[in-house]
Amino acid sequence: MAEGGAGTGARAAGERGAAAPAGEAFPAGGGDGRVRAGLRTYGLIAGMWIRSTMAYRASFVMTVGASFAVTGLDFVAIWLMFSRVDALGGWSLPEIAFLYGLCGVSFGLADLAIGSMERLGRRVRDGTLDTLLVRPAPVLAQLAADRFALRRVGRVAQGGLVLGYALAALDVGWTPLKVLLMPVTVVSGAAIFAAVFVAGAAFQFVAQDASEVQNAFTYGGATLLQYPPVVFGQEMVRGVTFVLPLAFVNWVPASYVLDRPYPLDLPGWTAFAAPPVAAGCCALAGLAWRAGLRSYRSTGS
Amino acid sequence: MDSGVDDEGFIRLDGVEKVFDVRKRTGFLRRERREVRAVDGLSFTVARGEMVGYIGPNGAGKSTTVKMLTGILTPSGGTLRVAGIDPARERTRLARRIGVVFGQRTTLWWDLPLIDSYRLAHRMYRIPDARYRENLDRCVALLDLGALLDVPVRQLSLGQRMRGDIAAALLHDPEVLYLDEPTIGLDVVSKARVRGFLRDLNAERGTTVLLTTHDLTDIEQLCSRVMVIDHGRLMYDGPLAGLHEAGESERTLVVDLERELPPIDAPAPARVVRVEGPRQWLAFPASASAADLVARVAAAYPLVDLSVREPDIEAVIGRMYAERAGA
Repeated sequence: MAEGGAGTGARAAGERGAAAPAGEAFPAGGGDGRVRAGLRTYGLIAGMWIRSTMAYRASFVMTVGASFAVTGLDFVAIWLMFSRVDALGGWSLPEIAFLYGLCGVSFGLADLAIGSMERLGRRVRDGTLDTLLVRPAPVLAQLAADRFALRRVGRVAQGGLVLGYALAALDVGWTPLKVLLMPVTVVSGAAIFAAVFVAGAAFQFVAQDASEVQNAFTYGGATLLQYPPVVFGQEMVRGVTFVLPLAFVNWVPASYVLDRPYPLDLPGWTAFAAPPVAAGCCALAGLAWRAGLRSYRSTGS
Repeated sequence: MDSGVDDEGFIRLDGVEKVFDVRKRTGFLRRERREVRAVDGLSFTVARGEMVGYIGPNGAGKSTTVKMLTGILTPSGGTLRVAGIDPARERTRLARRIGVVFGQRTTLWWDLPLIDSYRLAHRMYRIPDARYRENLDRCVALLDLGALLDVPVRQLSLGQRMRGDIAAALLHDPEVLYLDEPTIGLDVVSKARVRGFLRDLNAERGTTVLLTTHDLTDIEQLCSRVMVIDHGRLMYDGPLAGLHEAGESERTLVVDLERELPPIDAPAPARVVRVEGPRQWLAFPASASAADLVARVAAAYPLVDLSVREPDIEAVIGRMYAERAGA
């Protein structure tokens, strides 16, 4: 949920300047109150869905299992490929598994927390977004928590398992910095993906059929990151580094941990750039969301 | 609570406008832009505790007005206040004080049991426990929701869902209730139940109610005041009886005679407007008594059957609009 908080936080920070009176709604205090209201709303709605899911425990266990198995097949495909070749662009199977695991856990967390955002376009089309706007709670939080699907932990677990295999199989020269970098990378990566989800949803205010475009960036991006940067063209890698900075989810930090050359010959410190990059993404996504919602409220479509 | 909010102008609109930029695709990439004034200089006030019917043809600007009053849409011009609050700027603060029922779209959580929507409202609106219990019990009893609380919303019939929606809008004791077509598609029994409930709510709690509807009976039974909007402008504001006069609305008496006869020689101002075999249509002013006309026709002609048709709201407004354009 950390990344959900970051997203709403960025939005709240932006909104404070323009609509100061909005803070009055939450006497707890200013823009801070807005973040708290968002988190509280998220918790209430997600909790409601979890309780409802848990009413059918057997069904829940089965869907988590299915989600785990389906995402697992993904890695089986890579594993099968390595039964034919020893390395992919110079990366061994455990190294690829390391990339895959980092990306899988980050994306899984983002998808678990706010994957529901992609339904925004449909809500705009059928008019049910209006029902969220008449409640005393931030729309972003209501939308993100709607139909909170705990079964999506299956994807996180599968990514974690692959990451575990990689860590066991690899002979990493661990330093305190490398150890610290692991959780920082996972959280930052999740925040970057969350920002992409929010920005994609914001785009759906303008183009209501754009959920496929959003999927190209979220699911497509996650698939891309499962392979090492060397297998892609320079232009692609540049785009994924400087335009949509997905490279900071795993490519750059993994290069540091595995002592490999950086993509695009980036300087060494960029392995630690993920947190500020993630913060920047969330801020931009927050602004895009605010602009999208404002546009909806002026056009009603 | 808010100083400076007078009860007379509890809802206050002053020259409110809403202009949409409509883009129509005319070619692969070419688009035509057109400005649509959905609401065009609308001014009115509603006093605290009033129950007002807000009617007009489709596309007249009713929904746009309600969306601006709830803060969903930002007005393009003019000022608008509800309980002293500017809805567009302080949407979430206003949300605690208003209740909204959209006839076509439910505010309930579609796949979850009805009670879950209420429990969530309890927490989300921070309704004190005792108050929540009391309001829920009252709604469950009066709207007959007891057997429905554990049923997923998607399995409810339209009438059941509407009752569920009305209850959801009232748990936090809103001062204003907006109802958009609350009786659309309901059967006669459900309609009567919903109307009775709204009447009691207004009388006992003093809740201000703004009701948009196509059903004149809703207005007749509930509202002492009716506002008619067309092309984004207020065409009429006053009692329902006055609306019939202003629109020169007419009721229709349909009579089936024993056999084909020449047009009935009806007492003025009633007149035959259509003859089809043994069936004839007589138009007469909505304000006149039907009983008198029926008695006089029955005395002189061999009647088999008859029925009285109420004036159609669209027709009334249409006539009113034509008149104003001609003047």
